[in-house]
Amino acid sequence: MSKSIRPDGRKVDEMREAKIELGVIPNANGSAKFTMGKTVAIAAVYGPRELHPRRNQIADKGLLRCNYDLMSFSVSERKRPGPSRRDKELSLVIANALSSLVFLDKFPKQVIDVFVEIPQADAGTRCAGICAASLALADAGIPMRGLTGSVSAGALGETVVIDLDKEEEDWEAGATDMPVTYCPKTNLITSLQLDGEISKKNFFNALELAIGKAKELTDMQEKALKENYKGGSEE
Amino acid sequence: MKEYIKLIGAEGLRIDGRKLDDYREVKIETGVSAKAEGSAIVSIGNSKVIAGVKMEVGEPFSDTPDEGGLMVGVEQALIASAKWEAGPPSDEMIEIARTVDRGIRESKMVDFTKLCVTKGELVWRILIDIYPLNYDGNIIDASSLAAVAALLNARFPKLDGKKVVYGEATDKKLPINKIPLTTTFVKIGDAVMVDPNDDEEELMDSRLSISTTGKDSINALQKSGPGGFTPDEVKDMIEKSFKIRKVLEKAVGVKSA
Repeated sequence: MSKSIRPDGRKVDEMREAKIELGVIPNANGSAKFTMGKTVAIAAVYGPRELHPRRNQIADKGLLRCNYDLMSFSVSERKRPGPSRRDKELSLVIANALSSLVFLDKFPKQVIDVFVEIPQADAGTRCAGICAASLALADAGIPMRGLTGSVSAGALGETVVIDLDKEEEDWEAGATDMPVTYCPKTNLITSLQLDGEISKKNFFNALELAIGKAKELTDMQEKALKENYKGGSEE
Repeated sequence: MKEYIKLIGAEGLRIDGRKLDDYREVKIETGVSAKAEGSAIVSIGNSKVIAGVKMEVGEPFSDTPDEGGLMVGVEQALIASAKWEAGPPSDEMIEIARTVDRGIRESKMVDFTKLCVTKGELVWRILIDIYPLNYDGNIIDASSLAAVAALLNARFPKLDGKKVVYGEATDKKLPINKIPLTTTFVKIGDAVMVDPNDDEEELMDSRLSISTTGKDSINALQKSGPGGFTPDEVKDMIEKSFKIRKVLEKAVGVKSA
């Protein structure tokens, strides 16, 4: 494997450079900025707090809600501000990717709000948003079963690759994009989507690759969290 | 109810008497609306949806000057369930509609280049709208199947210059490349079951819809619900979806290579 088929010269199993910054939104109970190459996601957690209107409260557990927002200037052609149908779908997808991480039965009738903003998009925004949210939930001190990693695997033609960027997503010959969210502690895949066309064999390879990389991402998150609280108050 | 479903699910049973891998009976009727260019009613057990294809011509997008287009919508028709409320579609319904749309549109089922009339000037656009008629779970599979059946049933309307003459159908079929077919599973507790009914879908922890285009080709996936699947469960559902594909192929009357 000498010359890379990837436009930016990455190896097939090489993710873009990931950067983590914690506590970026002082007003929130927890927050984080997650950068994956040229994609930037900011997540803030508010709550657990009382859910209004009260008729939406769940008697025996809390609700995790998400609002995903692609900022108008984050893409080449300005996106109209406000939630598009895509934003609404992704808000639900992200909430569903995060819900099983949190011990929601500890917060009856409460809500945990997760806000995800994307100031800069270069593919993989939902994955970056989920990584940022995983960090923000931990930063908020919310009891969790584990951290979660999210990354897109896929195929450029017949080659399975990890973490497609925008140029690869728009691959002339057809790219398959498969965002995966995986929590190593619970061994659960909590989000899985795919667009494109992929053989069964390549799908299984891509899934395995994504799971391995999701583990790397949670290790990275754990390290950043420990680093951040080093020298802080005793546990 | 959920505890009961979990309990009998662990024994491989379901509340409507099915086994975990049993798909309900699938029925398809085509040509159900004379005004539409193509149409179909699909029922999966007591779930029933109607799909209609309308076609129009217009200017192509600047980045694809020689390609037509396709769009699939699923309406939240209140006729179908007492549980659905009037007003803007719920986020869950938006997700369902977008899942169905992607499964069809991005499957390359229709050869868009063959929908070109004059390059850069005039192309055909296919608009499919799906209305659930009776909701008893698994509206994703029923809607996808109805869209496929309606597309296979569709005939080009007559084109007079740049104007479509509706009501004067030609006998020209749409340029169909391959057939995407969707199979949906839900997980409740530790039991994974195919083709959920209304109660199962409402109480599910997680849901996975798998769209395949052939014996060895996956073209769309969508996981939903607050829970998760283990990697082994995902692999198992993928294998099963290829088996169920054969049942759905028979209902549509096609056979994949």
